[in-house]
Amino acid sequence: MSRLLSLAGLLLASVPAFAATPALAADIRIACYSDGNECPATKTLAERFTQQNPDIKISIDEMPYKAILESLPVQLAAGNGPDIARITLPGPILKYLADMRSNLKDAAAYEANFGPQLAWLRNGKEDHGIYGLPTQTTVSAPIVNKTLFDQANVPIPAAGATWDDWVVALDKVAKATKTPNAFAIDRSGHRFAGPLISYGAKFFDANGTPAVVDDGFKAMASRYVGWAKDGSADKDVWVASGGGYRDAFEEFKNAKIVMYFSGSWQVHRLETQVGDGFEWLIASEPCGPASCSGMPGGAAFVTFKGSKSPKESARFLEWLGSDKIYAEYMAMTSNLPASAGVQKMGVTYHLTPAGNEAMKAFTADITKLSPVAYQLQGFPYSSSLLNPIADRLSQVMAGQLTLDQAYDRITSDVKDSMAAIKP
Amino acid sequence: MSATGIGPDRNSPGQHASRLCGKAFGAVMNVPEVPMRWAQSRLSGGRLGWLFVAPNLAVFALFSFLPVVIDIWFAVTGGSELLPQDRPYVGANNFSDLLTCGNYTDPNSCVRDLFWYGVWNTLEFVVIQVALMLGFSLLTAVVLNRKIVGRGFFRAVFFYPVLLSPVVVALIWKWILQRNGVANAAMEGLGAKPVEWLLNGTWAFSWTVFVSIWAHMGFYTLILLAGLQAIPADIYEAASMDAAPPWRVFRRLTLPLLMPSLIVVFVLGLIRAVQIFDEVYVLTGGGPGTATVYLVQYIYTTGFAQSVRQYGLASAASLLLAGVLLVLTLIQLRGMRSGERG
Repeated sequence: MSRLLSLAGLLLASVPAFAATPALAADIRIACYSDGNECPATKTLAERFTQQNPDIKISIDEMPYKAILESLPVQLAAGNGPDIARITLPGPILKYLADMRSNLKDAAAYEANFGPQLAWLRNGKEDHGIYGLPTQTTVSAPIVNKTLFDQANVPIPAAGATWDDWVVALDKVAKATKTPNAFAIDRSGHRFAGPLISYGAKFFDANGTPAVVDDGFKAMASRYVGWAKDGSADKDVWVASGGGYRDAFEEFKNAKIVMYFSGSWQVHRLETQVGDGFEWLIASEPCGPASCSGMPGGAAFVTFKGSKSPKESARFLEWLGSDKIYAEYMAMTSNLPASAGVQKMGVTYHLTPAGNEAMKAFTADITKLSPVAYQLQGFPYSSSLLNPIADRLSQVMAGQLTLDQAYDRITSDVKDSMAAIKP
Repeated sequence: MSATGIGPDRNSPGQHASRLCGKAFGAVMNVPEVPMRWAQSRLSGGRLGWLFVAPNLAVFALFSFLPVVIDIWFAVTGGSELLPQDRPYVGANNFSDLLTCGNYTDPNSCVRDLFWYGVWNTLEFVVIQVALMLGFSLLTAVVLNRKIVGRGFFRAVFFYPVLLSPVVVALIWKWILQRNGVANAAMEGLGAKPVEWLLNGTWAFSWTVFVSIWAHMGFYTLILLAGLQAIPADIYEAASMDAAPPWRVFRRLTLPLLMPSLIVVFVLGLIRAVQIFDEVYVLTGGGPGTATVYLVQYIYTTGFAQSVRQYGLASAASLLLAGVLLVLTLIQLRGMRSGERG
């Protein structure tokens, strides 16, 4: 009995000693994918953050974009998700996102800084939560191989030129320089949405209900399929794979196409992989009868409800989003800032003159995008509208569907997806 | 040596230690005897056997039976939720969705056209691939069974692709066949026009058949080779004494005696062909369009690779596939049993 009492006394005496030791470090696990070098850059900054905040330990798991799309929703449903993840499509994981407002030092300032893009992570207009940190603003636009244009002695189409004008010019260059294809668009409904909107596609009816196929959609879709069939557009990019996303950067890098319709996130790769192989530039958005629009976009670090370190996660993201650090992050990753404060302040990019010109051109393009493009980007289930476009038009290019059959299938695929989301 | 010098000394330290080890080993081995005797006294008849198979049954129930039950539950529920309790019951809707067609031979007339593209592509693949695989494996086994120069080397060559991961196999062939790949570079080097090996539906389908045969033929050749070597040599000697022509020997002796092995190869090949996914997914991704989308890829894409995951449809399709595989397995078992009896 006396031995038991001694043991209890010893335990009680040790309590203040334990209380005096520093709190155990909180772990933050980040699932990250890179368009260019976003994950290494995040790691560099995270190391600095943890030096300043020794009570927080951050580990970054870099993974392919496909893993974020396919594995993250399953991990979250199984209750085994990371604390933070870098995503582009919130729709499939919307219900797992954690509102950071109560954990932010100054939620109002954060909202003021990142407002428009924070809305893309919300589930409708009634939702006012702050679910993450936008890591960049992106905009899709034509990336042009200027060297090939110069060799062919063809002027690059000026602002206001339509897609039809562009394809005529690109075909001339391709023919003169024996380039296999005039242009390529990433195999992505998101990328193709810009040209569709330019030709009048509205994507939603007057009530805001998804209605993808309309006359504007048909006008551009039929053009693009025609260009793929006659060899102007690189059919391989869309047709060769049975589904999913595929970019055409390799084709552009190897000068197999004259123009590459992609987006601002490619600047880092253009700088590092094309280098001085040839001259490239960002041209004005090709137009249609409705507008001259690309698509806005962007990735975001989001936090999750299942996180054991919600306060620390919010602390890290608030630190990363602070003007000085965020500007540095943008410079490191060659991305356009999503922060109003940093947009005003300006970013000093460490780029070549071509890279700096590209950033200016992309920034100018953002202001000219169609409101339809912003409405589509703000729809949380936009991928359910966009993915069938690439899949079904690829089938038309492969000769398995007619355009009319593809329109019907796109309509039924969208309806089916929306029904599965809300059974 | 013993004190008499005839045998080992029973009292030497080595012998003593070995006797101790023997006793200890015996004691350890007798530990289960007490509970076993107790179990024998309590569990009469065949019930003791259940005790022995219980651990195996538990593992089977957990990792094989439970997933089937979960699969059935997913197949009769809808929505995009992953957790079973969050999924609304929809009865046989997923099955009727999959099986509703205006004309079964035209996938475009079906509610789930991609499922039917998968079904028809798989059927075509199975018929062509299994027939060719069987023919080439048999031919190769017969050739490798003869006393040819470098027989060991050739056996290794044909078996080598079996050792490779399917993903590696697909990547190697993709590297060769893609638009800017080795094959087209070689053709351009010879002054020929490049060919769209993976961009044309017929070509892409043919290559999936070829790559699959290339990767798996060695395994089936090995089974047939073992079957050929099990045929007694005196039968051939007798045939040669009767001056039977080689083709007749092959048709009347070799083939009937090899039939059990051929049935095994046929059914294993059939099951593997129905399950085709990994190599093709990496090689073509199902493209161009849907020319090489097979049934397992449809299940995977529907359940895991779409922005809105339709687990119910994927589960229903996997149950239909499981039904087909079950029939094939029963045929295999029947074939093996009749082979054993024969």
